[in-house]
Amino acid sequence: MRFLEQMMKIDRRWIYLAIGLAVIIPAIIPFTVPVPVSKEVKNVHDFVENTDSNNPLFLAMDYDPSSMAELNPMAEAILKHAFSEDRKVIIVTLAQFGPGMVEEITTRIGKEYNRQYGVDYAFLGYRPYPAITIMLMGTDFRVPFPQDYYGTPLDSLPIMQGVKNFNNVRGVIDLTAGNTADMWIVYGNGRFNFPLAIGITGVMAADYYQYLQSDQIFGIIPGVKGAAEYEQMIGKPGQGKEQVSYQLVAHSVIILFIVMSNVAYFATRRQKKTIGGAQ
Amino acid sequence: MTGGQLLLNGLAAFLTLCIFSFLYRDNPFYKFAERLVAGVATGYWTMLLFHTNFVPVVWNRLAHDGRYEYIIPTMLGLMMWTRFSKKWSWVSRYSIAFYIGISSGITITLSLYASLFRQLEATINQPLTFDAAGISSFLIIVGVLSALVYFFFSAAHKGSMGVISRIGIYVIMIGFGAGFGMTVMGRIALLVQRVIFLRGYVNSLTAFFGG
Repeated sequence: MRFLEQMMKIDRRWIYLAIGLAVIIPAIIPFTVPVPVSKEVKNVHDFVENTDSNNPLFLAMDYDPSSMAELNPMAEAILKHAFSEDRKVIIVTLAQFGPGMVEEITTRIGKEYNRQYGVDYAFLGYRPYPAITIMLMGTDFRVPFPQDYYGTPLDSLPIMQGVKNFNNVRGVIDLTAGNTADMWIVYGNGRFNFPLAIGITGVMAADYYQYLQSDQIFGIIPGVKGAAEYEQMIGKPGQGKEQVSYQLVAHSVIILFIVMSNVAYFATRRQKKTIGGAQ
Repeated sequence: MTGGQLLLNGLAAFLTLCIFSFLYRDNPFYKFAERLVAGVATGYWTMLLFHTNFVPVVWNRLAHDGRYEYIIPTMLGLMMWTRFSKKWSWVSRYSIAFYIGISSGITITLSLYASLFRQLEATINQPLTFDAAGISSFLIIVGVLSALVYFFFSAAHKGSMGVISRIGIYVIMIGFGAGFGMTVMGRIALLVQRVIFLRGYVNSLTAFFGG
């Protein structure tokens, strides 16, 4: 009982230390965990797979470095998949600290797969006010983005020839860590009715499954688990798959703490009641 | 990895450890890293907005393309700066009124359509069949109705209303549980990514000085 009482008063820093150690274990002793593929992630994979090579994908990378742990693995997996299958990709970011990070990823993976900038992919850059930008892009990409990120007029880019607005792209995949997912659903899919899928952080995931059920989106990639599933399907394990083993150990420790705390709580509460009754 | 890259990654590793030090207690290293992020972020965004937004979208269109209709939004934007003057701050209200008017008109209709009507339609159109899909549909309908009853305060939650609202609170709790589980995954991912980065940095250091 004394142990359980101490559990109720444990300094939170011991919990931080336990989680820290739990996360370091797989870094020292690496191991793999099987990742079953879910239907909502497979839908996104199949959408990229079945895209016509002349019909570009539209990838919105609406996140900044604070969420790259969860969303970079998704972005890398989708770009690797698209580039390895010779699909064209138009990329934007509606996150204020996103441009530098997005440029680094697209350039690195573009080089890795020998893709030519302007022909196989283009990065249009960043614009503030996501809702307004999405609605303007629905009219013409050239209204909010007269030039790409590097200052080249969009009409000079071969990939943009014949591409005016969302009617001329296969569909939109939005990777986001904030409320831009709502904006793509409300102002994008709601107004222009294009196929939309979202890749979101774990924190957001539970709130967006309702849009899958109502067919407002055709797929969801939820957090690192979703990224790991995508990597599994394309046969290119990356940070998503690597993170799953860390997640397993850390989640096990957290579950253990939750169980122990609840046992301690109920045991000490019962003891207090008994003492109270005796008095 | 070159010496320069190693130095930059070393700085990133140092700042990561500065931020993590807050887990023990607040300290000058954490404060330094926190303020550095705020300062760098402000400077980066200001310059980014100027060079990749103001110049191509406003300046080039007005000064080079002769698109003089852009004077109207530019004037509305400039009027916002009058907020810094006590005497002229009322002028900014016209810009705000313009913005609120347009946003409300667009948002009310589209939000109702996408967030309410489409959801209602999807709930009403659930196929009630005797298979796995039918059971899932049944659970969705029960979950939606019971959660709505829980927030219906015009009748006392007694008798059948009490039973349904009790089911509603369980449904809401399951939702919170799913959200919490996914939140834990997200937060651990942030830590894991930094641990992987630090491990990579230690390996680079070993390779640089060892080989």
